[in-house]
Amino acid sequence: MSEVKFSKEHEWITLEEDVATIGITKHATEMLGDIVFAELPEKGSNVEKDGTAGVVESTKAASDVYTPVSGEVVDINQSIVDDPSKINEDPEGTAWFFKLKMKDTTELDSLMNKEEYEKFAKESSS
Amino acid sequence: MEIKKTSLNKLHQDNQAKFVEFAGYEMPIQYSKGVIEEHKFTREHAGIFDVSHMGQLFVYGNENLTSDLEKIFPLDLKNLQQNCSKYSFLMNEEAGVYDDLIITKLKDGYLIILNAACKEKDFEILSTKLSKKYKMELNTDRALVAIQGPKSVDILNEIINGVKDLTFMTGNWFEFNDQNVFVTRSGYTGEDGFEVSIINDEAEEFTKSLINKGAKLIGLGARDTLRLEAGLCLYGHELDLNKTPVEANLKWAISKERLSNGGFVGSDKIMSQIKKGAKQIRVGIKPEGRLIAREKTKIFNLTETPIGEITSGTFGPSVNGPIAMGYIDKEFSKIDTKILLEVRGKKYPANICKLPFYKKSYVKGVN
Repeated sequence: MSEVKFSKEHEWITLEEDVATIGITKHATEMLGDIVFAELPEKGSNVEKDGTAGVVESTKAASDVYTPVSGEVVDINQSIVDDPSKINEDPEGTAWFFKLKMKDTTELDSLMNKEEYEKFAKESSS
Repeated sequence: MEIKKTSLNKLHQDNQAKFVEFAGYEMPIQYSKGVIEEHKFTREHAGIFDVSHMGQLFVYGNENLTSDLEKIFPLDLKNLQQNCSKYSFLMNEEAGVYDDLIITKLKDGYLIILNAACKEKDFEILSTKLSKKYKMELNTDRALVAIQGPKSVDILNEIINGVKDLTFMTGNWFEFNDQNVFVTRSGYTGEDGFEVSIINDEAEEFTKSLINKGAKLIGLGARDTLRLEAGLCLYGHELDLNKTPVEANLKWAISKERLSNGGFVGSDKIMSQIKKGAKQIRVGIKPEGRLIAREKTKIFNLTETPIGEITSGTFGPSVNGPIAMGYIDKEFSKIDTKILLEVRGKKYPANICKLPFYKKSYVKGVN
C-alpha cells in the first residue's frame, strides 16, 4: 500500500494498485464534533477530483465531503452510514468512506504527506 | 464591538471549552467530551449550564406595577403567589413575539429572565410601556447558573440547604457564602433542575462546588439538543416577530382568565386567532431513517405542494434519531401525517409527531 496522502479539505487517501481508499482525517472529526449522519456516493458512479462525494453531519452542522482524486466508486463503507459514530471512533482506519478506481494515479502527487498535513491542520485551526 | 465574557469564562477555558460567539458573548459550545456525552450526562446525572448571558431584569413596584404588567403580559399576575414563576411573552400589537421569558413575582416587584439577544431591546420596550414609572434594573452584577438533571436536587441541596423543598416554577432567596442567591426550580432541558442567580464574584466558587459534587459543565450544543427533545421553543427559531403564541402552540401559557377579557398587548389578534384558528402551527417532526433536516428546510405534502418550514432540526441523543420542529399548514398538523422534507435538492419522508420527543420529568407542586 502507498504512503497516506492528505488533502486541504481534510480527507486522507491510500492507494493499492489503482484503487484508492478515502476517508476524513482525525483532525476533521475533532473539528466537526459528534458525527450523527453520513451520506456516501453511489457505487458505480463517477466522481471528479475536488468535487463533492458525500455529506457528514454533526449535531451542530452539515459538511460536504470532497474527493481529492477522480475515479469510479467501486465500494462504499455501509457500516458508517448505519452507525456514523464509528467515524469519530476510528476515522483513519475502519471508518473509511469509499473506494475509487483511479484513471490517473498522478493526481496523488499534488497532495500533502503526513508531516505537511499536520502542519497545515495546525495552522488552519489556529 | 468587543466580545463580552461571563464571570465563568476562565472556568470554561480551564475545562477545555470550545467557544462560539452567541448574542455578543463568548460562550462554550461544548467541552472535551462532546455534545452527545454532555447531553446524556445531563439526562442521567446533572449538567451545569452557564446562562449568565441571559438578562436578569428586576422591576420594583407594588399593586400598580402588577396591573401595569397585566397590560403587557397575558398573565393573571394579581393572583400569582409571591415566589411563583410563569412562562410568558413580550408581544407587539399583532401578537408577534419580541421575546419569550420567565417572570417571577418577588416581595417588592418582579424578576424577568430574558433571552441574551433580546434583553436590551426588551428593556427599552418595557421601560417605554411602563412610562418609566418604576425602578428597572437589567442586572450585570449577577451570574446565572443552571443545574439540570435527576441528580441536581441532591447536589444543589448539599450546597444550598433547603432548595429541595422548592417545586417546579417556584423560587426563593437562599444564601451561599453569606451572599444572597435567588434559586428557582426551573430550566430548559425537560429535566428537573434549578437556576441560581448569584453575585459574579461568587459564581466560579459556586460552580466549582457543583463540579466537586459530581455535576459537569455542559455547552450550548447540548443545551440545544436537550431543549429540542423537550419540545421547547428557542427564540429566533420557533419564535419571532412573525409568529404568535397561538401559532407556536403555546396557548397554554396564556392565562384563561385573561383570554376571556383581553386587555393586554396583542390580545385582539390572539383572541381572533383562537376563534378562527391559525393558518400555520408549530409541530414536532421525525424524519424517517437518519436524515437530519435543519432550520429552513422546506416541508411538502405528498403531492409536493409546499406546506411549511423547519425551524430547528438536529439529532436527538436520547431519542437516538433525528428530530425537528417547524411550522406547517394546520390541515397537515395531525399526529402521524406523512410529509416530505427537501434536503440537498431531494425529498425525503417524515412524520408529524407528538411533542415533547422526550418525556419531561419536572417536580410539580400541588397547585
